[in-house]
Amino acid sequence: MLQTPVPLPQPRKFGESNRQDAWWLQPIVVFLGLSAFIVYSTWAAFQGTDYLFTGGGADYLSPFYSPEIFGDSGHAIFGPKPEIWPAWLPFSPALLILWAPGGFRFTCYYYRGAYYKAFWADPSNCSVGEPKARSCYRGENSLPLILQNIHRYFLYIALGFIVLLAWDAWKAMWFEDASGVEHFGIGVGSIVLTINVFLLSGYTFGCHVLRHMVGGKFKTISDKPAHKKAYECVTCLNKRHMLFAWLSLFWVGFTDFYVRMCATGSWTDWRIF
Amino acid sequence: MGQVTFKIWRGEGDEGHFEEYQTEVSEGMVVLDAIHAIQSDDASDLAVRWNCKAGKCGSCSAEINGMPKLMCMTRLSSLDLDNPIIIEPMKAFPLMKDLVTDVSWNYEAKKSIKPFKPCKPDAPDGTWRMQQEDVERAQEFRKCIECYLCQNVCHVLRDHHDHAEYIGPAFLVKTAAFEMHPLDEENRTLDLKDEQGIGYCNITKCCTKVCPEHITITDNAIIPLKERVVDEFYDPLKKLFRIFKPK
Ligand code: SF4
Ligand code: SF4
Ligand code: FES
Ligand code: FES
Repeated sequence: MLQTPVPLPQPRKFGESNRQDAWWLQPIVVFLGLSAFIVYSTWAAFQGTDYLFTGGGADYLSPFYSPEIFGDSGHAIFGPKPEIWPAWLPFSPALLILWAPGGFRFTCYYYRGAYYKAFWADPSNCSVGEPKARSCYRGENSLPLILQNIHRYFLYIALGFIVLLAWDAWKAMWFEDASGVEHFGIGVGSIVLTINVFLLSGYTFGCHVLRHMVGGKFKTISDKPAHKKAYECVTCLNKRHMLFAWLSLFWVGFTDFYVRMCATGSWTDWRIF
Repeated sequence: MGQVTFKIWRGEGDEGHFEEYQTEVSEGMVVLDAIHAIQSDDASDLAVRWNCKAGKCGSCSAEINGMPKLMCMTRLSSLDLDNPIIIEPMKAFPLMKDLVTDVSWNYEAKKSIKPFKPCKPDAPDGTWRMQQEDVERAQEFRKCIECYLCQNVCHVLRDHHDHAEYIGPAFLVKTAAFEMHPLDEENRTLDLKDEQGIGYCNITKCCTKVCPEHITITDNAIIPLKERVVDEFYDPLKKLFRIFKPK
């Protein structure tokens, strides 16, 4: 394409701006929020214990550990850790699965825009100067960031996770009595796990890729009533994608924390009925 | 409202500095009014481009207190009048004089977009029929007044000066208006990927933030176009299906 006919003004220095508002606040909040989540979720994933609460006949499984592919909790699909697992390699059921939701969020269009600003200062905020050293900008046009385009594959997996977590929330509503019979009931944990599914669904079903797939890609939609309805629903959630991104991020971490606190005996899970 | 201080960029090309002016402002005034007052009282040689004074011609784009805005649509009452108000030209285009930039690069860049190519008429009288719900998406993009504020705030152009590689948000809006039009048959995805460099956008949404027409540039135009490019070039399964699809 064309070059500009005359030289352009010098770009501003890093952090230079005539903006009068607190433009630095938003990237700092994003940086702290995402960092706190990464630190907590990494710590929780490496624990490998206290992710299932069975006190009072409950069955609360932490979302960081669901689905449990190998493990000792009784939820494991293929039983305990395989014999061939090398002793030097840390094992935790969470480490086997967290790459999927992690990858989903990492490649999410909302988070991309947010962490390019907060972690990479590219730019730190709108109309604020960037670090000067970065002279060659390629954005998402070539490797490595071109790989962000894989987001749709993470979406397919994330949709499966919603089903699994909904199943866990359902199981969290059944309590076993002393004779081993299950009764329907609601504890605080059942509510925590259910809210988690709702918030994660709000986030996942508002995905830009889903919006494209269910209807956005068509030239005409008036002749496709099912697609039209789906497109409207996804668009409605998509408008609140940032909100759901943050709410679901906080709540999924809190759900793990809640189960962990109950499992370690630090908190009591109140049974509502 | 009293006397207010304005710091206005004065200069040509690479050379320039801020100069301070004071002017009397009153209820209901917009920044462009104050600029005109300064022009008539203190600086008759102050260059400023404007036309409609109604937020529709897109001529009076500038940076007010560091944010790209239309001067004719920014009320003084929305600004902090206790401190000097900083008015400077757009940063992503070469400066001609004072507040006027040379935006002609945009006109050339726009030419790289393949024009609207209608499908065959579907009515016996040689005309077309469209449903409102099908054309609605494209109508949002038709509101663009080509003020280039979005081009100006986009860091790909503003900070990285990648004018040769990236067409900028305003023209992704223009492309989306064609691509999402129910009657259009053209395929623009290869151009978007290569010549127009849609991959350079890193979805920071600054363009959306400054658009005076409130077009949801990033979410409604750029991301859907990015997904069209992914469909065609970056989705290995789709590629596989295309190979084995019966012709
Ligand atoms: S979202 Fe993309 S086009 Fe808009 S300002 Fe950011 S990088 Fe530029
Ligand atoms: S999209 Fe909005 S900001 Fe960009 S040129 Fe059009 S009206 Fe101006
Ligand atoms: S764009 Fe955010 S989840 Fe897909
Ligand atoms: S003078 Fe026309 S948009 Fe401001």
